[in-house]
Amino acid sequence: MSGQPPPPPPPQQQQQQQQLPPPPPAALAPVSGVVLPAPPAVSAGSSPAGSPGGGAGGDGLGAAAAALLLHPPPPPPPATAAPPPPPPPPPPPASAAAPASGPPGLAAGPGPAGGTPAPALVAGSSAAAPFPHGDSALNEQEKELQRRLKRLYPAVDEQETPLPRSWSPKDKFSYIGLSQNNLRVHYKGTGGALTRRGRPPLPLAAGCATSGGYMGIGLSAQGVNMNRLPGWDKHSYGYHGDDGHSFCSSGTGQPYGPTFTTGDVIGCCVNLINNTCFYTKNGHSLGTEIIYCICLMKYVILQPNLYPTVGLQTPGEVVDANFGQHPFVFDIEDYMREWRTKIQAQIDRFPIGEREGEWQTMIQKMVSSYLVHHGYCATAEAFARSTDQTVLEELASIKNRQRIQKLVLAGRMGEAIETTQQLYPSLLERNPNLLFTLKVRQFIEMVNGTDSEVRCLGGRSPKSQDSYPVSPRPFSSPSMSPSHGMNIHNLASGKGSTAHFSGFESCSNGVISNKAHQSYCHSNKHQSSNLNVPELNSINMSRSQQVNNFTSNDVDMETDHYSNGVGETSSNGFLNGSSKHDHEMEDCDTEMEVDSSQLRRQLCGGSQAAIERMIHFGRELQAMSEQLRRDCGKNTANKKMLKDAFSLLAYSDPWNSPVGNQLDPIQREPVCSALNSAILETHNLPKQPPLALAMGQATQCLGLMARSGIGSCAFATVEDYLH
Amino acid sequence: MEVTASSRHYVDRLFDPDPQKVLQGVIDMKNAVIGNNKQKANLIVLGAVPRLLYLLQQETSTTELKTECAVVLGSLAMGTENNVKSLLDCHIIPALLQGLLSPDLKFIEACLRCLRTIFTSPVTPEELLYTDATVIPHLMALLSRSRYTQEYICQIFSHCCKGPDHQTILFNHGAVQNIAHLLTSLSYKVRMQALKCFSVLAFENPQVSMTLVNVLVDGELLPQIFVKMLQRDKPIEMQLTSAKCLTYMCRAGAIRTDDNCIVLKTLPCLVRMCSKERLLEERVEGAETLAYLIEPDVELQRIASITDHLIAMLADYFKYPSSVSAITDIKRLDHDLKHAHELRQAAFKLYASLGANDEDIRKKIIETENMMDRIVTGLSESSVKVRLAAVRCLHSLSRSVQQLRTSFQDHAVWKPLMKVLQNAPDEILVVASSMLCNLLLEFSPSKENMAFQAEQKIKADILRSLSTEQLFRLLSDSDLNVLMKTLGLLRNLLSTRPTLCILANIADGTTAKDLIMTNDDILQKIKYYMGHSHVKLQLAAMFCISNLIWNEEEGSQERQDKLRDMGIVDILHKLSQSPDSNLCDKAKTALQQYLA
Repeated sequence: MSGQPPPPPPPQQQQQQQQLPPPPPAALAPVSGVVLPAPPAVSAGSSPAGSPGGGAGGDGLGAAAAALLLHPPPPPPPATAAPPPPPPPPPPPASAAAPASGPPGLAAGPGPAGGTPAPALVAGSSAAAPFPHGDSALNEQEKELQRRLKRLYPAVDEQETPLPRSWSPKDKFSYIGLSQNNLRVHYKGTGGALTRRGRPPLPLAAGCATSGGYMGIGLSAQGVNMNRLPGWDKHSYGYHGDDGHSFCSSGTGQPYGPTFTTGDVIGCCVNLINNTCFYTKNGHSLGTEIIYCICLMKYVILQPNLYPTVGLQTPGEVVDANFGQHPFVFDIEDYMREWRTKIQAQIDRFPIGEREGEWQTMIQKMVSSYLVHHGYCATAEAFARSTDQTVLEELASIKNRQRIQKLVLAGRMGEAIETTQQLYPSLLERNPNLLFTLKVRQFIEMVNGTDSEVRCLGGRSPKSQDSYPVSPRPFSSPSMSPSHGMNIHNLASGKGSTAHFSGFESCSNGVISNKAHQSYCHSNKHQSSNLNVPELNSINMSRSQQVNNFTSNDVDMETDHYSNGVGETSSNGFLNGSSKHDHEMEDCDTEMEVDSSQLRRQLCGGSQAAIERMIHFGRELQAMSEQLRRDCGKNTANKKMLKDAFSLLAYSDPWNSPVGNQLDPIQREPVCSALNSAILETHNLPKQPPLALAMGQATQCLGLMARSGIGSCAFATVEDYLH
Repeated sequence: MEVTASSRHYVDRLFDPDPQKVLQGVIDMKNAVIGNNKQKANLIVLGAVPRLLYLLQQETSTTELKTECAVVLGSLAMGTENNVKSLLDCHIIPALLQGLLSPDLKFIEACLRCLRTIFTSPVTPEELLYTDATVIPHLMALLSRSRYTQEYICQIFSHCCKGPDHQTILFNHGAVQNIAHLLTSLSYKVRMQALKCFSVLAFENPQVSMTLVNVLVDGELLPQIFVKMLQRDKPIEMQLTSAKCLTYMCRAGAIRTDDNCIVLKTLPCLVRMCSKERLLEERVEGAETLAYLIEPDVELQRIASITDHLIAMLADYFKYPSSVSAITDIKRLDHDLKHAHELRQAAFKLYASLGANDEDIRKKIIETENMMDRIVTGLSESSVKVRLAAVRCLHSLSRSVQQLRTSFQDHAVWKPLMKVLQNAPDEILVVASSMLCNLLLEFSPSKENMAFQAEQKIKADILRSLSTEQLFRLLSDSDLNVLMKTLGLLRNLLSTRPTLCILANIADGTTAKDLIMTNDDILQKIKYYMGHSHVKLQLAAMFCISNLIWNEEEGSQERQDKLRDMGIVDILHKLSQSPDSNLCDKAKTALQQYLA
């Protein structure tokens, strides 16, 4: 926790006071947190103040950790007054639990995605000044905490199950006082024990007892008596500093570890994979097997929703908590690495027995059907040849679809619609909603200046309008990149491609977020389909320079293929060699525009005639919408689509308007995919390739595991296996 | 019979006048011997080795033929130890080393591979690597040739580096610089063998260790690289070996014992190696290395003692072979049996280190289930290694006054200990005698009479069972340590305090002192050591004398007289002029006894 330059410690009176007694601050400073991961997946650890903030981000499913650093009691208080009767039938201890700030009930639910972690508490003695003061410092700290928690609890969706960040001001006994953003706990009664509970339902607690004082750190369920030390009651578990015993819902402890006292950092870590828990002292694991097998383990299994808890019984006692806002003293990242390796080895060695041949054939079919689905016909042919398979769809048909997809992705919607109508005469008639979607997209492309109808009217090179070079470009992909995140999302949501937007949104909440991996996957796919990587690279590299060089309409299939990444929803930047976030993509677009034309984008390419054509087209669209409503009833999705599209006209610079994202070439992809699926359906082919379905299913399963508190899902993501 | 016939055919083909046919013959032989120990033995008996070596060294042989010969020889070496012996008898090593001078990489690799196999065999004297001084520099130069040369050479080094002389030779030829960068090799095998090299180079070698801490590889210091290699997701073998490197560097004084890489990385890693999840071999190595790491540092001992319930974890080391393995699985039983001794001695060693300094830890160890029984059993095990480790463990625990009075008494540990002393090798004698010192040291005036009596009795028993011959043998031992310990033992045997003197006579008459005084050999020895050049020996002998001549004890006059006759007083006068103040004081005090 002191890893970072300690934020200027605002002179905290409390702290100063506490320093007086025994612990030399210097000695304490380095120690800092104790870790206690809870329900989430694995572990918790604390790291020394000095340690570089968790260098290796662990991501396991969730490790909850909490660390506590103990303070000495201030000298003046009537420490002697504290009745030091032995705990079992303890007098008035108080405890605090640290359920995360989320609704407490929630914790109890079937563990949060992947399990909720336990918070960590750190009680720091003074010098460490673990808590920055001032808003900016707090903001920084909050961000850092965010990052750290994400690493510790990779599978936890905080929207669903918030992680503990401080002690709950509600779940505490009255003798317990809170300060330092609810991270410091002190005992203000004149005797008795108090318990403070952390806010989220994560397990963890740590504490330190000073001489004669009792302190317990542990876990407890919601609703457990707060005026007793953790461990004494049902659904409560604690490690007590005075005797080093572990208490498992009983007044009688079992010898567990060493005693702890002022200045020690105690951590608690819950492993949701094997359902065990262990404590740490000053960064050293005290061990799971011996004690926990006997008592804690079964509880953890029975009791998935435990909150970190700390209990104090001595006046003046102070405990600081680290729920992950600072690096833990215990090397929890390393612990998580071990578990990740274990889980992955388990997956890698999954026995398939004698079915190896079957598996191989099945995988080949999946790859082949995927290639066909997206229209990579040359690759599909080559693949089929080398694996002795037959391609279900005729080559001509694949090429047709590919042609249409190319048009859509190039923004040439008018031509795309026309071609579709020629090749599949009744298709759009039977799918008026699809047609409408295509037309709305056409309208948008008109605004953008890319649609063929306005382009011929434009006064200058239509390319200038499009950051996404037009058809001739090598990267106008036939559909989407093979590893396209969108596919996964759609499938994960179980919806057809027409439900793109909603599907996409609902699933993107943390289920799929690894962008870098997708790009790997991309290139890898190519390899497996006998395409070579250098070529791919060169295309990627040359993209911006070559934009203007391509004028011919027919770019061959292979080339298209390489360029697929362009349209990636989530990994859009990767064309340029690395994955980027969406906002970076905008930058990239801007740059490219400058590269290609040095001109500012203008409505419909800047041509008056084109604008008029666009307006006219808009009216037709409006009419079509009304007709559609009469024929098929109200359709809010259609209505919104149209409204959004028309909104573009309300801004002088639509590209930079709040609705400007519609102009993003990426938005062509859902349309393209919907059209492709519709065509395939008319051929009685699956509208989703089996490969994407399988990926979607795997992703969904992982999400389900997370919600069911099955810890191992933290260390397995579909993306891990796509490269 | 059939096999032999076909084997002969293979050998005959090596003598074909057509070189092409010879080559084909060697290749066919290669394919025939792979994985076939019987075939290998047959070929060796039939004299294939000298012919292959001849072909390998023959100027006229093509490189291809030479390479194939080296491959076949390597294959033969992979067989039994007898195979390796036969190869050594044919002087294969110089021939292969000669082959390394060839410009052809494939041939060099084949030679190295064969050399690797031979040098890693326990029957090969590692000295053979060092007999020709040009070999090591040449091997260093070959390290840059390929990943295979790197792997094989590192493996040869790590097996042939035994002791400080070898370390120095390798070090002086730039082993550290040449091997350090291999730690980042893309090949796991190369990384692993390089790591092993460093562990043998650093062992008990401050010079190497101090160099290692400052070596940079790709901008990172070596200790940091080792720390990365002991991360939990690395293969166990790698974790264990890098923990060894760090341990050795620490013990050699190159890394402080309070350094985070020791306290928070190496130590926890080694404790993990002791866990039940690890293979038996790994648990043995883990425990031994950890014992070595924490031996001199009480803080590390304390941390280890609370980490992952280590003390309880070690108790599991005594449960092999388990009753389950005996019934269910013969193979497993065999495996368990093979490692049982190793496990026990490793556990004893680690307990000894853990309990070396801290009373609380000793208490925890002794309270571990059946601990004293296990030690007592260990003292009489057939394996010398286990006995030694058990004595060490007992010695470490005997530093606790409290345990001496309780557990040690309860279990009469001195009895098996006496047995250990019979015909024991020096190593055991050293530890056992210091152990006896501790056992006999504890004579508190406040103790109850009975307890005292009992101890007097023990003393007498010890002297009796040790027998004067044995004591004498100990005193004549050429090993300084044995001498020291024996003198210390005598001192303790002879020491009694004034207040306890009266009680001494209640004992059954045969006192320790009488035993000593009636044995001129022992007295002569003591006299001899008083004049020894080693101050500590002199001091120890002084203690014996002081006890013998102490005035208030019965019979002191007789003893004083006898000792004076032996010329002890003269020596005391001389010693009272000694430049060593301690010795000088003791001598003066002793002289005063005469004057009183």
